[in-house]
Amino acid sequence: MKVHIKSAHLIDPLKQQDMVTDVLIVNGLIEKIGKKVTSDSSFEEIKLNNKILAPGFIDMHVHLREPGFEHKETIETGCAAAAAGGFTAVCCMPNTEPAIDDESVVRYVQERGKQVLGGIVDVYPVAAATKGRKGEELAPIAELAKAGAVALSDDGSPISNAEIMRRLFEYSSMYGLPVIQHAEEVTMTKGGLINEGFTSTRLGMPGIPPIAEEIMVNRDIIILRYVNSAKYHVAHVSTLGTLECIKRAKKEKLNLTCEVTPHHFTLTEEMLSTFDTNLKVNPPLRTVQDVTSIKEGLKDGTIDVIASDHAPHTIDEKEVEFSVAPFGMIGLETAVGLAITELVHKGYLTLSQLIEKFSTNPRRILSLPPILIEEGQKANFTIIDPDKEWIVDVEKFKSKSKNSPFQNHKLKGRAIGIINNGRMYLSIDET
Amino acid sequence: MKLKSRHLLGLEGMTKEEIELILDTAKSFKEVLERPIKKVPPLQGKTIVNLFFESSTRTRISFELAERRLSADVVNFTVVGSSVAKGETLKDTARNIEAMKVDMVVIRHSSPGAPHFLSRVVKANVINAGDGAHEHPTQALLDMMTLREKFGRLENLHVCIVGDITHSRVARSNIYGLKTMGARVSVCGPKTLIPKDIEKFGVGVYYNLEEVIPQVDVLNVLRIQLERQKSGLFPSLREYHRYFGVTREKMQFATKPIVIMHPGPINRDVELSADLADGPHSVVLEQVTNGVAVRMAVLYLLGTTTIVENEVH
Repeated sequence: MKVHIKSAHLIDPLKQQDMVTDVLIVNGLIEKIGKKVTSDSSFEEIKLNNKILAPGFIDMHVHLREPGFEHKETIETGCAAAAAGGFTAVCCMPNTEPAIDDESVVRYVQERGKQVLGGIVDVYPVAAATKGRKGEELAPIAELAKAGAVALSDDGSPISNAEIMRRLFEYSSMYGLPVIQHAEEVTMTKGGLINEGFTSTRLGMPGIPPIAEEIMVNRDIIILRYVNSAKYHVAHVSTLGTLECIKRAKKEKLNLTCEVTPHHFTLTEEMLSTFDTNLKVNPPLRTVQDVTSIKEGLKDGTIDVIASDHAPHTIDEKEVEFSVAPFGMIGLETAVGLAITELVHKGYLTLSQLIEKFSTNPRRILSLPPILIEEGQKANFTIIDPDKEWIVDVEKFKSKSKNSPFQNHKLKGRAIGIINNGRMYLSIDET
Repeated sequence: MKLKSRHLLGLEGMTKEEIELILDTAKSFKEVLERPIKKVPPLQGKTIVNLFFESSTRTRISFELAERRLSADVVNFTVVGSSVAKGETLKDTARNIEAMKVDMVVIRHSSPGAPHFLSRVVKANVINAGDGAHEHPTQALLDMMTLREKFGRLENLHVCIVGDITHSRVARSNIYGLKTMGARVSVCGPKTLIPKDIEKFGVGVYYNLEEVIPQVDVLNVLRIQLERQKSGLFPSLREYHRYFGVTREKMQFATKPIVIMHPGPINRDVELSADLADGPHSVVLEQVTNGVAVRMAVLYLLGTTTIVENEVH
């Protein structure tokens, strides 16, 4: 593999670089960076015309569904969706069957990641925090860490028991693994379908109160203050109240970070009037005030990461009564487009800040090696056209499932390719 | 004048003119019901299926009578519990029934939005006979018909809905319909059974019957489900009856004659005392009679409108 990238607008938040340059890549390594580099005919030329070249993006919250739910997604189709969406790496959640609560499953998932699509997408498993994700006994954390798990989570289910959470913080801190919490006080959310408030009252739907999330995050922060060697990461923050308490805890210099999904900064609960089951997600879509506070939280740095919570479900599973449909929507192939449309073009984030939330920050949280854009280093890049206007068409998506409420949405900005592990993927209609 | 939609999914968003059209049509059908021969031909040759996924006696019988009196062919399909539990999806059930060339579907389902979902997957007219705690439009229409008969108007009537508002589709449809018709609406019940942000509908909220009774023209008393007590929403039926049950004792706070309504079935001496249920202020049986007339009106208005061919769903 020999590539000559011409006229790239390189943005590297780590080195605070922002310049138009050429890059030569040979066998997966950066051979040369510079304005006037020359190459021979053995190089494939990619003319970027000032489009963005960024350190490779990682989506630290996806559900690849393998093993166990291959009818929804496989590691292969999930990685194809990641590549098409501009991600050179994904972290897959452990709510598989069997759960990723054993080193053999960690190894299986990693191995499959290396096998599919020539290994262009790095697959980093998040292991279960407790055995079988039941919240009762600690999973074999040392073994899971050794096998390559990058974080611990019972995602989908919260770690409800405070004693287990405390011990999990203590034990995981020995191995430096962050604990990712799906924050939900389940005694308050039983039967809940959508955010509790005016819309749930209007539609007669059982509500999920925002305080169910806030209580859990507050409790975890109290435990974290007590076990301050741990690393705590809040998944898919959805409310103003959660952000306020994360902001306060960050001022205390506690070791906590958080992520938000594109749907939680794009969509609001009013849209549920259609009873579209693709809008049924957990945590639920919240109010305009919550959406505004999330955008502000991204801007002021309270929110570290944008992650999709890519949750594939088949059409048959979703085309049912609202109360019966499973929670979740796919997101790998719309995340970057939504983030550029809603955050960059609307002035909440600069492109450099966007790259931090998709690359630099999640890699730091997960203790993955930073992507160094230097001669001699591995080439790990995401290519973006921030002004590309496109219309979402799920039929063109690589993901096996099509459960996106963004069908036919008009977006401005899109990832158009990735380079990683000596391979390159470019969206067909772009170069 | 016609209804704007091919379906009756709810009263939210329906205009005053549309509601008046239904109530006026119902009035003329009520006259039909007084005749010795109660059958008229407008839906002759039409097939209607009553798709009931929740147990219901009176609503189903009321719909069936309305359908038969309009000369429609009627099929009843009752499955208690979700269709998924039966191994077939709602979509498949509906499409199979439609393949048998059904013109209209009346659906009751425990999941809010089930009729809306159905209206997207079948070509037949869909009538909501109650979807979870969302809407029960024909109940609210028959309530409004009954009140219009009693008072001659709906404007500026003060109606208080009493009881478990959170879990009540009757309450929601009544709020939407009555507000559109210019009535004043309040709700009264224990705070645990009043849903969040209900005041944003422009309704008064009361937690004390003795406070609201002096102000109202109508009490619409809802059925209280025992299972709400088990899920911790109120302490006991005895306490509920004492503080939120409508009794002769509490009616002494009334400053004018108050009409008492109940969508049925009544838990006697729980939410409503037996003497009041059978007393002169109760219009419970008129409600039942009007139910048939209102359903005839809805079926007639939807069923006799020409269906546009090739309509995109």
